[in-house]
Amino acid sequence: MADIGFIDESSGRTLPGAGLGWLDAKRDAGRARFGALGLPTPKLESWKYTRLRPLDDTKFAPVSDAAGEAKIDKVPGLSGSAAKIVFVNGRLRTDLSKLDDLPDGVRFASLETMLAEDPAWLEANMGKVAGDAPVRAGGTGEQAMLALNEAMMDSGFILHVAKGVALKAPLEVIYIGGLTDDAVAYFPRNLIVLEENAQATLVKQHIGHSVGEYFANAVTEISLKQGANFKHYKLQAESIYATHVTTLHADIARDATYESFQLSIGGLLSRSESNITLSGEGAHAGVHGAYMMRGKEHCDNTTFIDMAVPHTTCNQVFKGVLDDESRAVFQGKIYVARDAQKADGRMLNKTLLLSNGAEIDTKPELEIYADDVQCAHGATTGQLDETALFYLRSRGIPEALARNMLVQSFLGDALEEISDEAVREAFMVHVLHWLPAHCYRAGEWTSDQLEERA
Amino acid sequence: MAATAETVEQVKSIAGEKYKYGFVTDIESDKAPKGLSEDIVRFISAKKNDPEWLLEWRLKAYRRWLEMPEPKWAKVDFPAINYQDYHYYSAPKQKGDGPKSLDEVDPQLLETYKKLGIPLHEQEMLAGVQNIAVDAVFDSVSVATTFRKQLEKVGVIFCPISEALERCPDLVRKYLGSVVPVADNKHACLNAAVFTDGSFVYIPPGVRCPMELSTYFRINEMNTGQFERTLIIADKGSYVSYLEGCTAPMRDENQLHAAVVELVALDDAEIKYSTVQNWYPGDENGKGGIYNFVTKRGACRGKNSKISWTQVETGSAITWKYPSCILQGDNSVGEFYSIAITNNAQQADTGTKMIHLGKNTRSKIISKGISAGKADQTYRGLVKISAKAEGARNYTQCDSLLIGDTCGAHTVPYIESKNKKAIIEHEATTSSISEDQLFYLRQRGISQENAVALVVNGFCRDVLQQLPMEFAVEAQKLVAISLEGSVG
Repeated sequence: MADIGFIDESSGRTLPGAGLGWLDAKRDAGRARFGALGLPTPKLESWKYTRLRPLDDTKFAPVSDAAGEAKIDKVPGLSGSAAKIVFVNGRLRTDLSKLDDLPDGVRFASLETMLAEDPAWLEANMGKVAGDAPVRAGGTGEQAMLALNEAMMDSGFILHVAKGVALKAPLEVIYIGGLTDDAVAYFPRNLIVLEENAQATLVKQHIGHSVGEYFANAVTEISLKQGANFKHYKLQAESIYATHVTTLHADIARDATYESFQLSIGGLLSRSESNITLSGEGAHAGVHGAYMMRGKEHCDNTTFIDMAVPHTTCNQVFKGVLDDESRAVFQGKIYVARDAQKADGRMLNKTLLLSNGAEIDTKPELEIYADDVQCAHGATTGQLDETALFYLRSRGIPEALARNMLVQSFLGDALEEISDEAVREAFMVHVLHWLPAHCYRAGEWTSDQLEERA
Repeated sequence: MAATAETVEQVKSIAGEKYKYGFVTDIESDKAPKGLSEDIVRFISAKKNDPEWLLEWRLKAYRRWLEMPEPKWAKVDFPAINYQDYHYYSAPKQKGDGPKSLDEVDPQLLETYKKLGIPLHEQEMLAGVQNIAVDAVFDSVSVATTFRKQLEKVGVIFCPISEALERCPDLVRKYLGSVVPVADNKHACLNAAVFTDGSFVYIPPGVRCPMELSTYFRINEMNTGQFERTLIIADKGSYVSYLEGCTAPMRDENQLHAAVVELVALDDAEIKYSTVQNWYPGDENGKGGIYNFVTKRGACRGKNSKISWTQVETGSAITWKYPSCILQGDNSVGEFYSIAITNNAQQADTGTKMIHLGKNTRSKIISKGISAGKADQTYRGLVKISAKAEGARNYTQCDSLLIGDTCGAHTVPYIESKNKKAIIEHEATTSSISEDQLFYLRQRGISQENAVALVVNGFCRDVLQQLPMEFAVEAQKLVAISLEGSVG
């Protein structure tokens, strides 16, 4: 399907900010580009293993205001966060959000609010990192999903931290999807700018209700100025009816540090693409993640790290566990530009297959044009270590629990990359919940009983 | 140390000589007109006295070729090839019916091979440490095959493929195109349409081939392409080690070499295939040189069979080559050892595919890439574990060394696993020659030049060890020569 039914000349006219000349032009350009590119297909190298099949036969419609009014009893979240923005089906829910207590120098608001209050700032900053032009050769290729988002952006948030402001408590953004009668689509557009030496932590959660089919296509732009430090944690726990596509573009300036971790535990089809440019000396990116898939879930993590100047470092650890007929894709690429000497890049991808129907496709890639560099990547796939299992069993630990312990410690290794302790613990709880729950109770530990339950 | 000293000696001795195989043999040849068409395919077929089915096969391939797109995914950059600009058939002119024995081979040809270091006189070879039977391919045809009698005694068939079509047509027909299908890719498809010669090897059941077999390819004529096809069949429980070498004169235009190699190993058989590829790489500015577009694939059809590829890739302007293994039989083993060296304006996109289909199949990939000058090099590999390949095992290590800040080295591995009982491990590193290592060696009184040679040799050691002895010595020298002007 080269087209998405609801995109036409008028599609942008009812969206937030319509009437602002620059925004209309941006949406028109996005629509034209998406029209020319169409949805990505496996013919594109960066989409080799992922096909947006759920979009083939379903007629998605842009989400309506009514869908955003779905009744939500409880919003999951962290305790102790400084502020919180909650979207339900792409609509800001002020009743669930908490924005009254922001420290000085921090602007944290929804896109809609910003368009109303300070469109000039948006105009000056939006699209600076994720430019209109396709990412240059060597990147993840033509950016059809970015173009689609540009054409239809209807929600999202802005985070702007002023020079030298260090925010201790994390900020939270929660996207809740589902609970709609018809298949809906929404398009968050997020913009994060940290000025010189600013510091912040953001926890983003995408949570789905297991009723109603939806398609979320988000774009996040991040600009870290000199010496800034940003921690970016994401939980993807979409419903099994969700198609979740995110594209991230980040620019990391001199001596700035970007740390991200993405935990993926849901979604019928999820794809997370990160394009990160280390544009100043001393810049560092730590791009990590873990994925746990079961059923027929499909999870794609694609990253492109451009080490554009000398003396930059990056590190990547992605670990995953696949059960049933699930499938995961990891495509990581480290690009060291000509003359970007003393670059140090590391990449690691490890996957455990728990079932014979599961599939992992991994492609850790290095493209290097400078000679004085240290780059390495590694990838392994396999099943649980039989000897470790035997050791635990020989100590009297029931098999199901022993398996859980091994999976937990395998993923725990990746979670160690999260430097914020509270977030690490919160994410670990999600890992534990994903494991077969009945293993915790005595007397239900034999594998025979497990099979009966299955 | 001895090897290092020798390497350095070698570099010195050939300084100014660069590519010593770049001479041209002035020999009259019989050529097809330039260009490619159905008539040319028929012309080649008639020249080779093809049976009817083969002509049909070629024509079918030609028609498919017309429609197929060029493979674009490799990281190599070159102007579009004008396929009409080549002669698809060129053979040294023969007097009468052609040579009946080695004594009748044109002395000029013998001289050429002698100059290349490939003596075709059996007596000379007997004086050597080890016997190697050679099939010498000159442009489009095989000009001599040595040690045939000795091989026939044990039932080994080693002859040009055109001769095999007469001697054992059933075998050829059964296996030709069974590993690399006609329409596998555009280059292989072109080869199927116009292949002229190449070696055919059949090792009967239980026979361990008494000597190394080898083919030496030489492109001589201007504006010719070489399209040879090699087919090696190792029947149950047999073993063969096969070597391949290649050179070409220095010419300003780009010559095309599109070969196909098919290996078939039945139950308990083992094939060891080694290549030292030293086609003319073009000059420092990238003018001239061979386009080396080769499809090599081995099928481990039988249980416990094994195919091992070893390659030293130093020549060619552009290398596009992925020797692969299809591990069909249970417990079969595939191996790939590679050293690829690119210097000046050379480009190489090379690697392997290991397709695990049978139970307990194992594969090992060791790839060492060295990039210098303005060269670009890519390791591209696929490890695929099918759902039925219970207990499959793969280990991959690919390391790249960059020398100078104008070259590039890239690693593009694809790993696809559908079986939980399979274990795959992949490691890759890219770095320059470590300053610490150099400093250590220098501080021990070793000159800069020797130190670099020592580090490079150490880097390649895992692969060099896999080569048969004579080849290893030759390859070690090549490694040093290819990097000349870029180290130190």
